[in-house]
Amino acid sequence: MSTQSQDVEQLIKREYKYGFSTDIDQEILPPGLNEDVIRAISAKKNEPEFMLNWRLEAYRHWLTMREPSWAHVHYPKIDYQAISYYAAPKSKDDAPKSLDEVDPKLLETYEKLGIPLHERARLAGVAVDAVFDSVSVTTTFKEKLAEAGVIFCSFSDAVRDHPELVEKYLGSVVPAGDNYFAALNAAVFSDGSFVYVPKGVRCPMELSTYFRINAMNTGQFERTLIIAEEGSHVSYLEGCTAPQRDENQLHAAVVELVALDDAEIKYSTVQNWYPGDEEGKGGIYNFVTKRGQCLGRNSKISWTQVEAGSAITWKYPSCVLIGDNSVGEFYSVAVGNNMQQIDSGTKMVHVGKNTRSTIISKGISAGRANNAYRGLVKVVGGAEGARNYTQCDSLLLGDRCGAHTYPYIEAKNPTAQIEHEATTSKIGDDQIFYLKQRGISEEDAVNMIVNGFCKEVFGELPMEFAVEAQALLAVSLEGAVG
Amino acid sequence: MLKINDLHARVENGTPILKGIDLEVKPGEVHAIMGPNGSGKSTLCQVLGGRDGYEVTSGSVEYLGEDLFELEPEERARAGMLLGFQYPVEIPGVKNIYLLKEAYNAQRKHRGEPEADTFQFLKLVREKLQMMQMDESFLHRAVNAGFSGGEKKRNEILQMLVLEPKLALLDETDSGLDIDALKIVSEGVNKLRSADRAIVLVTHYQRLLSHIEPDFVHVLSDGRIIKSGDKTLAHELERSGYQGIIGEAA
Repeated sequence: MSTQSQDVEQLIKREYKYGFSTDIDQEILPPGLNEDVIRAISAKKNEPEFMLNWRLEAYRHWLTMREPSWAHVHYPKIDYQAISYYAAPKSKDDAPKSLDEVDPKLLETYEKLGIPLHERARLAGVAVDAVFDSVSVTTTFKEKLAEAGVIFCSFSDAVRDHPELVEKYLGSVVPAGDNYFAALNAAVFSDGSFVYVPKGVRCPMELSTYFRINAMNTGQFERTLIIAEEGSHVSYLEGCTAPQRDENQLHAAVVELVALDDAEIKYSTVQNWYPGDEEGKGGIYNFVTKRGQCLGRNSKISWTQVEAGSAITWKYPSCVLIGDNSVGEFYSVAVGNNMQQIDSGTKMVHVGKNTRSTIISKGISAGRANNAYRGLVKVVGGAEGARNYTQCDSLLLGDRCGAHTYPYIEAKNPTAQIEHEATTSKIGDDQIFYLKQRGISEEDAVNMIVNGFCKEVFGELPMEFAVEAQALLAVSLEGAVG
Repeated sequence: MLKINDLHARVENGTPILKGIDLEVKPGEVHAIMGPNGSGKSTLCQVLGGRDGYEVTSGSVEYLGEDLFELEPEERARAGMLLGFQYPVEIPGVKNIYLLKEAYNAQRKHRGEPEADTFQFLKLVREKLQMMQMDESFLHRAVNAGFSGGEKKRNEILQMLVLEPKLALLDETDSGLDIDALKIVSEGVNKLRSADRAIVLVTHYQRLLSHIEPDFVHVLSDGRIIKSGDKTLAHELERSGYQGIIGEAA
């Protein structure tokens, strides 16, 4: 019994497995934000003029904007002048040409994270683009993808090698001045991922990006742009971690997806940024704008997210359904423990005829966390026959956490069919005791109930990531009951 | 197998409920504990099962030679003790078959045996389902979620048949059952009877005991066993009621 309770004590002290930091040579811009900083970032990346102008325009717009305050989250005012907007691992030359040239310490970091850059990646059939602080370190499988005509590279490479595509689509889904954090991102983003799938191509493997914030007092502002041409198909995954630090760090990313006629994009996220300690000290502010545009007929965009980390999550992956018969989906599991705050959900904007959307949101709150679902279903006047189904479930562990639901529905077309279902439940002591009395440990009992609660969403994740997501949830909720 | 010595217990910081229980259960025996509402029957089951919120103030319980209170509830279960719940708990999202398998394997792991493979396990479960006259669709429903009272009780016995406990404590397994269901449940319990297992039935009514014949009957009143005897004691209870026995003991 004594060893047992020690175990439980250890479990209650939630460990953040990815809390290490890597000591490598970094090139960091001093903290502060002004036009010179933006010019410096653009110059470092040898960007063409259209990029610099776009950034500056975004910055000037940002200066006129106010930080949003409508979300159900609380945090001290962010000092944007105290953040460094660029940090890159220093290499002897400019960028590494191959894996051999990548700092071994960096590779070690990825090793610790369990990211398969080398052989494991090959076995798993996953192509990885790893973003370390501000720059994309290496992209694996570039060649194999190139055979299929798929472009998968860092955003910087895309600006250099495919400026015409970048210029055409950058900001077409999330305009530079879309919102406060998106504007900030547009001004200072330093890297990210770029995917282009040509007409009729089914991307031969899952594409994957791993984001890592390492340096202190830096923000990470990456930008992802995915374009799926007519009849193409791509599945993209992203994972995120950060070291354990007492200061809060800002992560303001933007993701834009474009699906043309009959194209399909599946975008999955397993987010595990450092959530802060039990008292809410430290952790990442995850203020992210993700939006997909179903531009073409019969196109489909599907978001799946497992949000387990971050001190604050502010994120609404959305679909704008422009093409007739296009489909938008949002599957989400958002877990908050200790002092975490989550305000997340989606927007489904129905523009085209017979457009359909599905929203399945599972919110889990434990400790003193607050978890809000915020979702908008909008049907414009011309969207004949639009349909939406929303299911929004909350699960509470303990009695000091909160679950909130803010559904917004705007239907301007009388043919619209919109369904919304919501439930709130609690893991009861009686449920835990019942399972324990059948020989199942407390942690397993909680996991069993939580996995049962989330299974519709896990079912949407690629197999190996579903397993990872389950494990992540188990870690996130350790000690949450009892 | 189970030795209860002068057990005193209460709801945490509440008034005493069990006030000195003595009971010994040996392998092969079936004991019935009967008593009026509020006599401490359910508390006894909860305390033996290891539920939080109860406080043992004095006395001891030995299970298979070990101090029962040194074991966590899940350890008690893995060591072959099963508590059949008076009110089986609903667990939405978790399939019956999944719970059965996890519970079954938890025991096997505890005994150092390999986990059962799915095919063999399913065969075993199907057999037990048939005994309980339950449809296979039960396996794919969430644990007790939306089950009728009778279905829940049958599900408890199904779990018992799959887990084959050494000691089954059945807390009012007969309550809320119609006559047909009572018969099925009783048959399930009777199937478990063997020389190396013991069963403790906790019940209000004599009617269960006409289906499951106990070796011993104990009358619990105000936290104590006031009378023990063989199955004829149950008939006596039926005739004179609890008041008769309690009056006689006082």
